[in-house]
Amino acid sequence: MVQSQSCRLNNRHSRDKRCIFNHSATVRVAPHKDDRHWHDLCNAITICEGPPLMKLVIAIIKPFKLDEVREALTAAGVQGMTVSEVKGFGRQKGQTEIYRGAEYTTNMVPKIKIEVVVGDDIVGQVVETIQQTAHTGSIGDGKIFVTDVASAVRIRTGETNETAL
Amino acid sequence: MKFLKYLLAAGAKPLLAAVAAATLTAPAWAAAALIKAPTALQQADMSNKGDTAWMLVSTLLVLMMSIPGLALFYGGLVRTKNMLSVLMQVFMIVSIVAVIWCCWGYSEAFTGTGSPFPQLFGGLSKAMLMGVSASTYAATFSNNVYIPEYAYVVFQMTFACITPALIVGAFAERVKFSSLMVFVVLWMTVVYFPIAHMVWYFAGPDFLPDAKTDAGFLFNMGALDFAGGTVVHINAGIAGLVGCLMIGKRLGYGKEATPPHSLTMTMIGASLLWVGWFGFNAGSNLEANGVTATAFINTFVATAAAAVSWALIDQIVHGKPSMLGAASGAVAGLVAITPASGFAAPMTSILLGFIVSPVCFLFVTKVKAAFKYDDTLDVFGVHCIGGIIGALGTAIVAAPSLGGQGTIDYTVFPYAAIKPEAYDMVAQLITQAKAVGLTLAWSGIGSAILYFIVDKTMGLRPAEEAEREGLDITAHGERAYNY
Repeated sequence: MVQSQSCRLNNRHSRDKRCIFNHSATVRVAPHKDDRHWHDLCNAITICEGPPLMKLVIAIIKPFKLDEVREALTAAGVQGMTVSEVKGFGRQKGQTEIYRGAEYTTNMVPKIKIEVVVGDDIVGQVVETIQQTAHTGSIGDGKIFVTDVASAVRIRTGETNETAL
Repeated sequence: MKFLKYLLAAGAKPLLAAVAAATLTAPAWAAAALIKAPTALQQADMSNKGDTAWMLVSTLLVLMMSIPGLALFYGGLVRTKNMLSVLMQVFMIVSIVAVIWCCWGYSEAFTGTGSPFPQLFGGLSKAMLMGVSASTYAATFSNNVYIPEYAYVVFQMTFACITPALIVGAFAERVKFSSLMVFVVLWMTVVYFPIAHMVWYFAGPDFLPDAKTDAGFLFNMGALDFAGGTVVHINAGIAGLVGCLMIGKRLGYGKEATPPHSLTMTMIGASLLWVGWFGFNAGSNLEANGVTATAFINTFVATAAAAVSWALIDQIVHGKPSMLGAASGAVAGLVAITPASGFAAPMTSILLGFIVSPVCFLFVTKVKAAFKYDDTLDVFGVHCIGGIIGALGTAIVAAPSLGGQGTIDYTVFPYAAIKPEAYDMVAQLITQAKAVGLTLAWSGIGSAILYFIVDKTMGLRPAEEAEREGLDITAHGERAYNY
């Protein structure tokens, strides 16, 4: 905590540089480990210690499964998500459309992409829930990807990381 | 005096109804009450509020067919980037043709004097609607029944408006707007007005007996075209085919996918066409009577049958009945029943509807692919081919032996229905084929010459980049959808 205070007081210190996660606030790199840093954002001082404790779960699912998945995730304690209509292909390889005899094979199949950031503690449960509810057993059910999240901020309050989820 | 006239007219009406009801020769006592070659003043008393109201409503219905009906039907089938160009082409064609119809179109189509070839096109005696007023009247298909001439002018105007609008589907997504407008003015003058004159112009049942040749060439020949199978559909269809051949294929045709951008719009458009077509076909009787109701029900059921048969073909060939197929079938059915609508019976109309869809289906799927012409929205395959099926089919379904209305001899006064046993189906079929051939030749050759002239002077095709970017932005400076 001493360090963080010094950061606030000496934010024009010679070792100050832009946050490696591209945050607009000035950060000061800790002397010994590159993945330990703290930054000054909206007057809230945070120390990021070690690997982030949040995960981004990206799920590509069949559009008609969205409601089911949303309900199951809400029940599992997920408080919000971002959903987009996307197109793509995997093993399903698109579909054929016929307009007055003219056949078009569209490579891209419409899907729904769900993005949800959750704490490390429930990520396993979230992935499992999505896998089970979006499952039909037929080709084109989709995929789930999980990646680390470096930080999170709630715009309204400035709360950060897991409290912002 | 006026009261007396009213009484006379009222007394004559049941007799007129009797004439209309009796499909055979009118009884002698009815003939006595009819006035041959009535004066304008007498015609005023022979016009009927019901007929006039029906004709004005029909006029609205036919206008609705073009805008928004046809515009949406076509618009939904093009790509998003060209949506407005199609809407605008249809909208402007309707507007420009309405103006030239009053300037010289009506006169060129519906007068019999002052022309070097009065059988082919009319003169300029009614140019700028000279001599037409609220107290002039137009003949119908019954002796001593008239409608206000303005009602007739405006009703026929809507037919002139929709015909060139049909053509644009053939070369949608790749035509220069200004050149198209010039082409339409020329095409109306050289192709449409003369063909309308040849098919529809006649002096009227009260005047023709004294001037037996005062009628258009095809009318004299005995060609049957109740509501415009030749004048509107074959005419526009062949002009579209020639146009798409002369303008050439769209950039990327056959390589890029060009699926319809909104079949919802297309379905709305097709439905508006169906509803509006009642004005087109039933309105073409020019009166509100039994034949009007015949044309009305025939229009309804032929369309329904054609939609069903297209859906069936889709199911058999592609395994799925498509919305676009059903809409295409409905339009094909409407096209086919158009020339036959006042001559057929409902059950033969259904048959005609069932037959037309498979033939059109063959043309839009197989023939188009085999000959590799880029008729964007199948104007040829649906309108020209459907029109030909309808024109030829009219000879069959009009036969009294099949419940048809038969034909009428307007050169005697009062007019007489041809005896059922005298109806010669083969001869009628040949006459119909001649009318089809003449229309194909006149419109095909005339259109080719006009496309050539416009192409050499103004250029028919937009710049390559403009076509790639889409005509909405490049020709009209706006986008159809700003999400």
